Amino acid sequence: MPFELFIALRYLKDGRLQTGLILAGIGVGVGVIIFLSALITGLQQSIVERTLGSQPFVVVRPPEEMPRALASDPAALNAVETQRPPQRIRSITGWEQVEALLQKTPGVVAVAPTVSGPAIAVRGEAALAIAIRGLDIEAYSAVIDVRKRLVDGVFNLSGFNAVVGTELARKLGVGVGGRLRIQTGGKPETVYTVAGVFDYRNTDLNERLVFVSLRGAQTLFGLEGGVSSLEIRGTEIFGADALADEIRDRTGLIAESWMARNGDLLVGLRSQSSSSVMIQVFVILAVALGIASVLAVSVVQKAREIGILRATGTRAASVTRIFLLQGAMLGTLGSLLGIAIGTALALLFARLATNPDGSPTFPVALTGWLYARSVGVALTVGLVSAIVPARDAARMDPATVIRNG
Amino acid sequence: MAEAAPLVRTEGLTKTYGDHVTTTVLKGIDLVLEPGELCALTGPSGSGKTTLLNLIGLLDRPTGGRLLIQGLDARTLDDDARTTLRGRTLGFVFQFHHLLPAFSAEENVMIPLFAQHGRPQAWMHERARALLAAVGLAERMGYRATDLSGGEQQRVAIARALVMEPPLVLADEPTGNLDTQTGAQVLELLRSFNRELGTAFVIVTHDEAVAERCDRIVHMVDGRVDSDTRVSERALILEK
Repeated sequence: MPFELFIALRYLKDGRLQTGLILAGIGVGVGVIIFLSALITGLQQSIVERTLGSQPFVVVRPPEEMPRALASDPAALNAVETQRPPQRIRSITGWEQVEALLQKTPGVVAVAPTVSGPAIAVRGEAALAIAIRGLDIEAYSAVIDVRKRLVDGVFNLSGFNAVVGTELARKLGVGVGGRLRIQTGGKPETVYTVAGVFDYRNTDLNERLVFVSLRGAQTLFGLEGGVSSLEIRGTEIFGADALADEIRDRTGLIAESWMARNGDLLVGLRSQSSSSVMIQVFVILAVALGIASVLAVSVVQKAREIGILRATGTRAASVTRIFLLQGAMLGTLGSLLGIAIGTALALLFARLATNPDGSPTFPVALTGWLYARSVGVALTVGLVSAIVPARDAARMDPATVIRNG
Repeated sequence: MAEAAPLVRTEGLTKTYGDHVTTTVLKGIDLVLEPGELCALTGPSGSGKTTLLNLIGLLDRPTGGRLLIQGLDARTLDDDARTTLRGRTLGFVFQFHHLLPAFSAEENVMIPLFAQHGRPQAWMHERARALLAAVGLAERMGYRATDLSGGEQQRVAIARALVMEPPLVLADEPTGNLDTQTGAQVLELLRSFNRELGTAFVIVTHDEAVAERCDRIVHMVDGRVDSDTRVSERALILEK
C-alpha cells in the first residue's frame, strides 16, 4: 500500500465520528441527486414516450397551397389582395421517390406513408367527427408501435376493416365485429367492420382516431395512389428538430418535428430539467463545503502531526496527496452510500404510487450512466474540496507547528 | 587526500524572527559537529538552543550565515532536497515524544522508512521490530502510542529517530518530561546507541546531570556560543 494511502486511510479511520458524519452528509447529498435525477428523467422519459407513442418524430407533408397572381403587369399586383385558399387533402408529389430519399437520410430509422383526413363516423342516429389514419400496419409499426395499444380484437386493416379507439367504440355502442359508416366530404358512405379496439390512454385520441388501410383511406379522400404524409421515426428523440430541418432542406416539403408540435410540453420539460439542475448544483455545493470544512478542521487538528511527518522525511507533495486522497475517498465512499440511499428512495417512491395497471405513477430511470455520473461528480467534488486544505497542510512550517501545534 | 567534511558546520549562523518588530535569536553561531560526537547544548531559556537545533535539523531556515550538512550548503537546497537530506541524515527526538497517536509503536517507527517510498514492507516491519526490541519494547510493538507510558513513548521516539540509521540525531530535551529514573534510562539508551552505532547526538538540555554525561558541552547565552568544552578539557579544568 502506498505511504500516502496508508496515512490517509488511518486518519479517516481514526476520526470515525467525523468521517461517519461527513460520509452521511455526502451520502444524503448524492442520494438526493440520484433520486431527483431518476425521478425527473423517468418522468420526462415517460411523458416523451407517451407523446411519441402516438406521434412520429417527424411528419412530412406537401407544401400548403397558396394563390398565385396571374397579372402580366407586376405593377398591377400592388392592388391585389391575396387570400389563403382552404387547404384540401393533397398527395405528396412523387412520394415514393421522397420515401426512398428519406430512408437514406442519416438519422432516419423508418418511414411510413399515411393518408390522414377528417371524416364522420355514423352508427344509427349517432354521428361523431373522427380523424382517419390510413396506413400499412407493417410499415407504420416501425414508426409507432400502435399494435401494443390494442385492447380488444386484432389489428387487421385489410379490406373494410377498421380499428377504433375505446371512447369512439363506447359512444357509438360498437364493439369488435360491429359496423360503422364513414362519411367523407360529399362522398357516399363506406361501411367498415370494427376489427379491433385500441386504448391510447388519451380520451381525445380514443374518441377521434380511426385506423383503416392505406388503400381504404386513399379511396375515402380521393387520393388514389397518393399519400398525404410520410411519418418518420428517427434515432435521436431530441434530434427531431434537426432532422426535420434537414428533411425540409432536402425535399422542399413541410417537415414538422414532434418538438415543434409540442412546444409547450418541451418548455415544461426544459423548465423541469433546469430546476432539477439548480437543486443538484446547490446540493453539490453543500457537499463540497462539507468535505472542505471537515478536511480544513482535520488539517488544523493534525497540524503537529503534519509537522512530525515533515520532520521525519515526508515531502510536501506527499502531505498534499494525503489530504487529496482523503477527499477522494470521502467522495467515492460517500457516493456509494448515496447510490444506495438514492436507489432505495427511488424504488420505494416508484412502488408507493402506482397506476391501476400496476405501473408506477412516477416512473424512475436508474441508469448506469446516472450512477457513474454521481460517482464522478462526488469524486471530483471530494478532490476539489480537498485542494485548499491539502495545500495549507503542505505549506505548514514544520518547526512552528511542532512547537505550537 | 581531501579531508572528509564534518557532519555539520555553521558559519556565522543568524536567525531573526518578525517582519516589523524583529527579534534576533541567533547572533552568529560558528560550530562544527563531527561524526560520533555526543554533544550537549545547554543554556538558559531563550538562549537560542531550540532555534539552533531546528536550523541544523533543516526544519527552519537561517536568516544569515552558512549551514553545511555533510558538506552540502543548505541554502542551495530546495524544499524537496532539504526533506530528503533531513530524512536520510537526521533523526529527531522531541521533549513531548510527538508520536502519531493514530498509529501503533511499530508503525510510528516505520514511518520515516515508509515516507522514502519503494522499500519492501516486510523489511520495514523487520527493521522497526528490531529497533523496538533494542529499546526494550519488544512486547509493546502493537500498542498505540497513546497507550504507552511517557518513558515508553520516548523510547519509541528514539527508535523512530534511529530507523533510517542517520549519522546525527537531534534531541530536544529528551528527558525533560520524564521522571529522574526514566530520564536516566533514556539517556543511557542514547549513550549506548552513540557507542555501538557511532551515531552523533546533539542533546538540548537544562539538566546539568544530563550534560555532564556527554562528551562535549556547548553552552549558549543570548544567541551566542558562550563556551564549548569537551570531556578531556573539563577533566583538566577539574584537576586544576
